[in-house]
Amino acid sequence: MAMLSFERKYRVRGGTLIGGDLFDFWVGPFYVGFFGVTAAFFSLLGTTMIIWGAAMGPTWNLWQISIAPPDLKYGLNMAPLMEGGLWQIITVCAIGAFCSWALREVEICRKLGMGYHVPFAFSFAILGYVTLQVIRPVLLGAWGHAFPYGIYSHLDWVSNVAYQYLHFHYNPWHMIAASLFFATTLALSLHGGLVLSSTNPKKGEPVKTPEHEDTFFRDFIGYSVGTLGIHRLGLFLALSSVWFAAMCIVVSGPFWTRGWPEWWGWWLNLPIWGH
Amino acid sequence: MAEYQNLFTAVQATGPLGDGVPLPRGDWRRSGKPFLWHLIGRIGNAQIGPIYLGGLGVASLVFGTLAFNIIGFNMLASVDWSPLRLVQQLFWLALEPPAPQYGLSIPPLAQGGWWLIVGFLLTVSIMLWWARTYRRARQLGLGTHVAWAFAAAIWLYLVCGFFRPVLMGSWSEAVPFGIFPHLDWVSALSLRHGNLFYNPFHALSIVFLYGSVLLFAMHGATILAVGRYGGEREIEQIVDRGTASERAALFWRWTMGFNATMESIHRWAWWFAVLCPLTGGIGILLTGPVVDNWYLWSMKHGVVPAYPQVFPVSIDPALMGGK
Repeated sequence: MAMLSFERKYRVRGGTLIGGDLFDFWVGPFYVGFFGVTAAFFSLLGTTMIIWGAAMGPTWNLWQISIAPPDLKYGLNMAPLMEGGLWQIITVCAIGAFCSWALREVEICRKLGMGYHVPFAFSFAILGYVTLQVIRPVLLGAWGHAFPYGIYSHLDWVSNVAYQYLHFHYNPWHMIAASLFFATTLALSLHGGLVLSSTNPKKGEPVKTPEHEDTFFRDFIGYSVGTLGIHRLGLFLALSSVWFAAMCIVVSGPFWTRGWPEWWGWWLNLPIWGH
Repeated sequence: MAEYQNLFTAVQATGPLGDGVPLPRGDWRRSGKPFLWHLIGRIGNAQIGPIYLGGLGVASLVFGTLAFNIIGFNMLASVDWSPLRLVQQLFWLALEPPAPQYGLSIPPLAQGGWWLIVGFLLTVSIMLWWARTYRRARQLGLGTHVAWAFAAAIWLYLVCGFFRPVLMGSWSEAVPFGIFPHLDWVSALSLRHGNLFYNPFHALSIVFLYGSVLLFAMHGATILAVGRYGGEREIEQIVDRGTASERAALFWRWTMGFNATMESIHRWAWWFAVLCPLTGGIGILLTGPVVDNWYLWSMKHGVVPAYPQVFPVSIDPALMGGK
């Protein structure tokens, strides 16, 4: 059994959302539960579909394998398997697997007497995925607007969609999202660095305290958000990044069809500037 | 769901405000009388200040303020000294680097000379701020992890504004100062070199950028979720593991079969954040000096499919030796 020294006393029954004791057990380090079974089902089916699609496709080159969504002519209908139908099944499997994973996290939280912050945070990632693959294609009227499943093909999709709007960096929500991504990474480096610097001090010095952490940051920038606050701030920054990333793509097409540099005309044409 | 989820501080304890751990002899005195701000206290510490200025800090602020103001006045000059136009066109305005014909020489002030001066001043300011980061940690007996993480960001800054332009033999390759102009620089660089998405170091940098956001979401959420067991007392949990650490570790072990420890999660965090600008800087430094076109490079290495030749072969006019 892959158990940590302190693990046994935490492995208690109960806390499940559905199925009672039915799947309430562990396999190696993994907790199973009803949603573990559904997650395994969806991910195995989805992965099999991807491998099948690759087998039917032109290449086994890992970088070039790609499962494309249906052609635009199929609109929001089902497509033949080898013309995007596989992509549709894979997308359903992915959403099923992601949601199962989130609900399984909820069950684990309940077992461990923890808050639901992690599954709540993960739901933002699911929202981002659903925005790209379901909400935006539905608003635009065709599954063909979603991205293909492939390493380089999805990068091509990002590039191509971005240049459809001339210069995507001018998308204000993209600007906010990118700034938040950078800010989150900055905050993470500061938090990781601060904790490591307290627990790994100058040679010969004893391990430092949160009082030292607060003092360092007040000396440094005049404010220390504190041990609890930094985790609230980090979670908030990370979730905001994902939220604005989802916003920036869902407005592109459904709500704005021209070049993004042009969007800023409202500012330049405000009546306050004179002529 | 009527449980307390630890999203804000419900009850704020207030007491006498402290200056913090005493500084060693030879340091300046701290500036500013600390005060409480209730709303900030809902999220984190309510105490604002004091701050330590010090020689390095003051010098850094002086150089930084100079750079900021020179950028501002160049922008103001570019709109014929109209404050109204400055506000209106702020996002579009720039202090541009010298034109290509100047190479690495020093151009007249209005043709990029100011850009060179600002680049120098800003770099001095940043280096002084780095030294301050290092020194503030040492004066409190802390490790210097924050300073070295900062150094990774400085590496990317220097690659974009100094190392790559020098290798390309022209200041014109560097980044302009300005909101939209620096975004234009990013796009132009990508297009000129065959799409930066095909640059594997760019891909790595993005992985670490998204990875950092993912890690902070996971870590922040985990600590808040075990807040009722004192999970935010991380140092204490590192040296003397308690039930908060155990539950946090088991959550991830049961979810994905693997877990960090209270200390190692911060090493994961530090490395992910540091590797983002580190790999990004490598990618930018290679773009131009080593690899001219990332798409052709990727085709050569079998990463992207070679498309069929549908147009007749054309000769690059730059290679025909004409003037």
